[in-house]
Formats: sequence, C-alpha cells, structure tokens
Amino acid sequence: MSDYTVGEPIADTRAPDGPIEDRWDSRRFGAKLVNPANRRRHRIIVVGTGLAGASAGATLAEQGYHVVQFCFQDSPRRAHSVAAQGGINAAKNYRNDGDSVYRLFYDTVKGGDFRSRESNVYRLAQVSTQIIDQAVAQGVPFAREYGGLLDTRSFGGVQVQRTFYARGQTGQQLLLGAYQALARQIDAGGVEMHPRTEMLDLIVSDGKARGIVARDLVTGEVTTHLADAVVLATGGYGNVFYLSTNAKGSNTTAIWRAHKRGAYFANPCFTQIHPTCIPRSGEHQSKLTLMSESLRNDGRIWVPKQPRDPRPPQDIPEEERDYYLERMYPSFGNLVPRDIASRAAKNVCDAGFGVGPGGLGVYLDFADAIERMGRPAVEAKYGNLFDMYERITAENPYEVPMRIYPAIHYTMGGLWVDYDLQSTVPGLFVIGEANFSDHGANRLGASALMQGLADGYFVLPATLNDYIARGSFPALDPADPDVAQAETAVRDRLERLLSVRGTRSVDSFHRELGHLMWDHCGMSRSAEGLRKALDRIPELRAEFWRDVRVPGTGAELNQELEKAGRVADFLELAELLLLDALVREESCGGHFREEHQTEDGEAQRDDERFSYVSAWEYGEKPVLHQEILNFEHVHPTQRSYT
Amino acid sequence: MKLTLRVWRQSGPDDDGRLVEYPVDDASPDMSFLELLDVLNQHLIEDGAQPIAFDHDCREGICGSCGVVINGRAHGPERTTTCQLHLRSFRDGDVLDVEPWRAKGFPVIKDLVVDRSAFDRIIEAGGYVTAPTGSAPEAHATPVPKPDADLAFDNATCIGCGACVAACPNGSAMLFTSAKVAHLNSLPQGQPERAQRVLDMVETMDAADFGGCTNTGECVASCPKGIPLTSIANLNREFMKASRSRR
Repeated sequence: MSDYTVGEPIADTRAPDGPIEDRWDSRRFGAKLVNPANRRRHRIIVVGTGLAGASAGATLAEQGYHVVQFCFQDSPRRAHSVAAQGGINAAKNYRNDGDSVYRLFYDTVKGGDFRSRESNVYRLAQVSTQIIDQAVAQGVPFAREYGGLLDTRSFGGVQVQRTFYARGQTGQQLLLGAYQALARQIDAGGVEMHPRTEMLDLIVSDGKARGIVARDLVTGEVTTHLADAVVLATGGYGNVFYLSTNAKGSNTTAIWRAHKRGAYFANPCFTQIHPTCIPRSGEHQSKLTLMSESLRNDGRIWVPKQPRDPRPPQDIPEEERDYYLERMYPSFGNLVPRDIASRAAKNVCDAGFGVGPGGLGVYLDFADAIERMGRPAVEAKYGNLFDMYERITAENPYEVPMRIYPAIHYTMGGLWVDYDLQSTVPGLFVIGEANFSDHGANRLGASALMQGLADGYFVLPATLNDYIARGSFPALDPADPDVAQAETAVRDRLERLLSVRGTRSVDSFHRELGHLMWDHCGMSRSAEGLRKALDRIPELRAEFWRDVRVPGTGAELNQELEKAGRVADFLELAELLLLDALVREESCGGHFREEHQTEDGEAQRDDERFSYVSAWEYGEKPVLHQEILNFEHVHPTQRSYT
Repeated sequence: MKLTLRVWRQSGPDDDGRLVEYPVDDASPDMSFLELLDVLNQHLIEDGAQPIAFDHDCREGICGSCGVVINGRAHGPERTTTCQLHLRSFRDGDVLDVEPWRAKGFPVIKDLVVDRSAFDRIIEAGGYVTAPTGSAPEAHATPVPKPDADLAFDNATCIGCGACVAACPNGSAMLFTSAKVAHLNSLPQGQPERAQRVLDMVETMDAADFGGCTNTGECVASCPKGIPLTSIANLNREFMKASRSRR
C-alpha cells in the first residue's frame, strides 16, 4: 500500500523494569527534584481545564511552578468532564468483594482488549485509591451510606463494586473539586488563567516544546505564550463524527497542531461507542445525550422477539421479549463491556428487531427494578437521569421503557506518550483523554475520570519535575524565528479561512464529514467502506477550502471562525483515523472489522500481527511506528463475557 | 412549526443593541431551543448575514454555559437549562423575545453572550477546601452523616449558569454564592475555613456589582438545578456568625 510508510519501531517507552508493583515507586525515586525556591522561575503552560488539566494546573501551582493555563470556555468550571455521569473506579475494596489493585489492573487490561501498556495501567490502578482520598478531602460529595461511609456501585465489564459516584453527576462534582483547587491557586497568583482563549499552534524551538500560539476568542487577538514545558489536557476528538456525546466545543485542534509539529498520534481508530445513548430524533440534531452506563445495573435490555412488533412495550408479554444480552452473555448479562453491548444492539437492530422511529433503538426497562426495589429507591439512585430522559424524549421512563442506541462517546487514541506522559516532542506532555495510554482498544466504564485525575494530580507533577530538573531552559526571545513562524502560520490560516467567502456553511461540511465517518468508520468497518471514505475525504477537504463561508472578521467574537478552524483540523484527522482503521486488520475493542469476526459474530483479535500501538508520525505520507506491547502479567486471551 | 424570534443583537459592549425579528418556518417540536438558534443561524449564514452569537457547550444541561432570557424568563418557560428546553414547550405561531442575561454584574460581550467571570472570582475568594495533593487522609477516616452529605450535594449541583442573577429584580448573586457556602460548610472537610470562606465570598460578591438580596425568590423559581431558598437563609446565618467571631 502506498498510503503510508513504515518507520523504526518505538524501542523505549521509559517504563522502569522490575516487579510491576514497584515500577512507579522506583520511577518516582529515580526522578530528579527541583528545589522549591527554583520552581517559581519555571513557567508551565497547561491547555485545558477538565479533570486532567484543572488537577494538573492546581497541583503544579501548589508545588510552586508558575502555571499559565488556557480554556476556550468562559470559565474553567465548564470543561466537558463536567458531563460525566456514572462514576469513578478505585481499588479500595470497601465492599470486601475481592477487589484489589491487581484486580483493577487486570480488569482494565482485559477490558481494553490487550492494547494498552501494562506498566501504565498498573500505575493507574495503584493511584486510584489516592484519588478518592483527595476528592473526599476537597469536599466532593460522594454518595454515602447511612453509617456515613462511602457508597459504591458496579459498572460494565467487572464483577466487583468499585465505582464511587455522586448521584448521576460524578464528573461535575469531581471537576468542581479540581476547579475549586485551581481557583484557589488563581487567587494565590500561582496560576495565570486565560478563559475564552484557544490554542491554535505549538511553538517548538531547539527541538523542545516551548510555548503556544493562542487566540483570544473575545477580541480575536493572536498572542504567543512561552514556557519551559507545555501540557496538553484538551480531551478527545469524537466530534470528528459530528454527532457524538461530546460537548459542541470539543475539538482536536491542540493535539492535531502538536501532531503536525512532531508529536506522534497513536491508535486514532480506537473510538468508543457508548451503548446507552438517547436515539436521535431528526436531521436537526446537534448532539447526542448519554444515559449513564450505571443504568445497566438495574435496567434490563430487550427487544421484541417479533421483528417490527407494532405493539407498545407494556403490551408485549414477557415470553415474547428477547433479553438478548442476558441470553448471550449469562455471567455479565446487561453489564457486558461497552463495545460488546453496542455491537449487540446494532446487530439486533440491523436484523429488524429495533424499536422506535426508524428501528434504531432497544428498550432499557426498569419495570422489574421498580417492582423489586420500589419506585422511591429507583428514584434515589437514578432520579436525575430519568428526569433528563423525560425532558428530552417527552416519555416517562418510570412507565415506559427507555429507548437507547449506541453513539460515539470517548476516544482511546490520542497523542503518543511514554511512561512519563511525555510525547515525542520533548517538553510536550499530554494527559487525560488527549493521550492514548491507558485504555487500550476499549475503555471500561468509570475509568476515564480515574485516568484524568491520576494524570493531573499524581503522575504528571512527578514526571514533569524530572524533566525540568534535567533540562536547561535558555530564555527564548519572543522575536525568535521559531516563535514568529508559528505565529505567522496561525495568522495566515485565520486569514485564509476568512477570505474563502464561499457558499457552504462550516456546519454543512462538518455534518457531511460526520455522516461519512459514521457510515464507514463507525460501529463496524470494512476495507471497502474505509477505502470509499478515504477517497472522499481529500475531495471534501478541497471543497472546504474552496467553498466555505465564514462570515465576519477575525478581530471579534466570531464563533463561525472558531468552528471553521476546528472542522479544518477534523478533515485532516479523519483521513489518519480511516487509514489507521484500514491498516489494523483485526477486530479489537471499539474497532470492529467485518472481515475479522468469529463464527458467532464476535470480534476476532489478531495478537500475532497487531499486538502493537500504532504511532503515526506526520509527513507527506504518514509514517507508522510500532510500539510492541508485552504482556507479562495479564496474558492475552479471547475476551469472553459469556 | 412556525415561530417568530425577536432576538437581541448587539455587536459589542459599546453598541446599544436592539431586538431584531426573525421568522423561522422549519422548526420541529423535538428540537431544543439551541437547535432552533442553530437552524436560524444556518439561514442567516446562507443569506450572507451575521449569525447570532450565543454560549453553549455540553447541551446536556450540566456545563452551565447556555442561558438566555425567553419572553422575560431566564432559560424560558420551563425550569431547566436552555439546551434542555424543547420547542414542544411552545405553540405553533408563538412570538418569542430572546435576550441575554441582564445584570450589572454580567456585562454583554456580543448578542446573547455575557461575561460571567465574576462567578469565578467569588469561588476564587474562598469556594474551596484547602487540600494539598498527595497527602489526603484515608477517605473513610471521616464519616459524613448521610443527611449532611445529601444537603451538601443538593447545593453542590449548582452549575453556575447565572439564571439566578438574570431572574432577580436586583441582579443579586446570593443564590449562587449561598449554594457553594452551604455545600462546603455542611461538610466536616469544610469546617476549618468555614468563617473566613463566607466572609471572603460575600465581600467579593458585593464588589462585583451584583445587587442585594430582598428574598424575592425569583432566583429559586428559575434555578434549573433546584437550589432552595433555604440556602440563602443559611448564607445569612453563616455570615452573621462569622462576622461576630471574626470582627
């Protein structure tokens, strides 16, 4: 194939050797420290204020660094982590149900379909317990039992109750905790906060990340910001599909620009489809809303046994319902992992058993739970989710089953990072969803919040210290050609977007791209479909630059201009995503290749050929570097949840 | 369905601003109110006009970005966020006035977008627990009685959208401030900074050009998250107690 070339494999991930339980401790002990009095001389840029960014900014400032932080929202409190509903995992074993750090590690590696790094995942499980302690100390109001101790529940893909939650608003509460810690540092002068400001390029000088170019979204002013290291905590790129559960502003610009400046992009094709989303209602739809996975604890998923059964759900007797997850996966039932549940829903709908408008939906039924627990108990556990569902669909889920359908949710791919969370550009650290490292090909529920906070509160502060201690940072002149070149590139690009003055709106291009991606690179993928999309993307991109219409000027609040820059980047990322999906000739987690399935339609992994991370280097043609994955502790087996 | 929108257009802080009428013929009852603005904006762009600027992000009712005054009510006729307001709440042929939050503490930036950074400054003044990273005590070391945890939670659900300020005839930020004070001051973790927190937050709130509270209750009637009026009573009590102990 001539779409890409193959480069040197990645030999060193900087993970320490030795027993897996000791690696993080030995890494931290081996890390050089920076004298507290010297830390304030170092400026660190943090882009993004979600769980990863806010916790990192707060912690670095607390250590004494001078943090310069950015977010495109009007307040750091609005980052999209705020929308996570279900919970956060931690290996506390408060339930005495056999949980341990090792079991959380084991479940996560297996749940990720053996495409993540053992060392990183072990560390994640290890610090998970500290995250809960930290959040509780900050006043995060987790759910509690009457005895005053913390309550937990269970999530998909596991058989212990290790998920801590704050009603259906766990993400909001954890984010507020981190945001408040950040607010404290802003007030203390340790963090210089720039809200309504978007990073548009990375400044690399002497081979190191030394700053960013940003645009003030209110005044339109383009400025450069210099520092000794740059941390990207900018979230995932699921909005490449247009309709997704991401916030509307979520985009790929920061990581894509960094990729074009030399950071490798890893596993772009691993996108997670979430099984429990409210089905779309029409063409006007701007985004999709998730119903927490925790609903599958008590809700039962079914479809009528008769295709296109016209009866309302309550008139369909028990024996004429197919509880297909319980039938196919008896030991995990409705709590199978997300990729399995999503694909099963797609398959029953494709076979004509789907319910609701267009037949793209399955029932999530709480009738049994209400009978067993009583309505007040169901209300206490899921009340706000039920209200939200009713508000959106105008159906009362206490009386009729919810309708759900899978949707694009979380991206496991992102910038490649080593064990220290450093990208291939020295001084550029990437944390949270923006990196690729911990989830493999599939993310288990309640582990995204865990990773964001682990990276921000505990991992990055230790590894960044080491980078600063070992380096020398000669002052960079704002007039340096590397700085000026990046700034000019940003200005030129904005000017170019504004000067096309074509006929099609930015949204119309984004929708077309989204359709193309969902049809050919969504829940299932085939070489033929991927080829088709790969042929179309360059045409669409050319059309965009020839015919996009961006009204207004660059010297004002111009939301169409913001969107145009983001969609232009999605149009480039989409091509790499498709290529990655095409090259990975196996089915794995969120990536299901139709050519690679078992006789009964389950995903068929190919460990012989694909037990690696694909790390793409930007170039005329993308260059594929492979990081071979070794499994010393959790031995790859066919994932089975039956 | 057909709707007529009369939208506040203001090109910048120095512009006077005015209501401009836009008919929309292709609305659907299943659309959210923000999707209606999306549809209208697409028409405006096709016609070579300036689209309407408005804040929004998650569109799931939780980020607190969105918020406009519709026919005089913050977020519109239902008690929810604007992104979760659906057109089935309106009748075919309705005329809707759409305006930004109006309060001295929230200056208009453009069209329906206002500056709510004063809320961040109130939090920065004391809306946190000082808990340095990496040295937190074991989570189960301090049990929290469930009623206290629930009270803290009910107040912690505030999304900082600013509807309370927009709805208040005085443009007061008491409900927002009181929610954070009630959240943190009802937990054992919040005790050491309890008095200083409320004094500093109230001082910052007063300095940010918000009006005083006269217990009108409009804030509560428009709060999409149901923060109760008792939180304001609690704030007054906390403030009195703190003033006595600290001054």
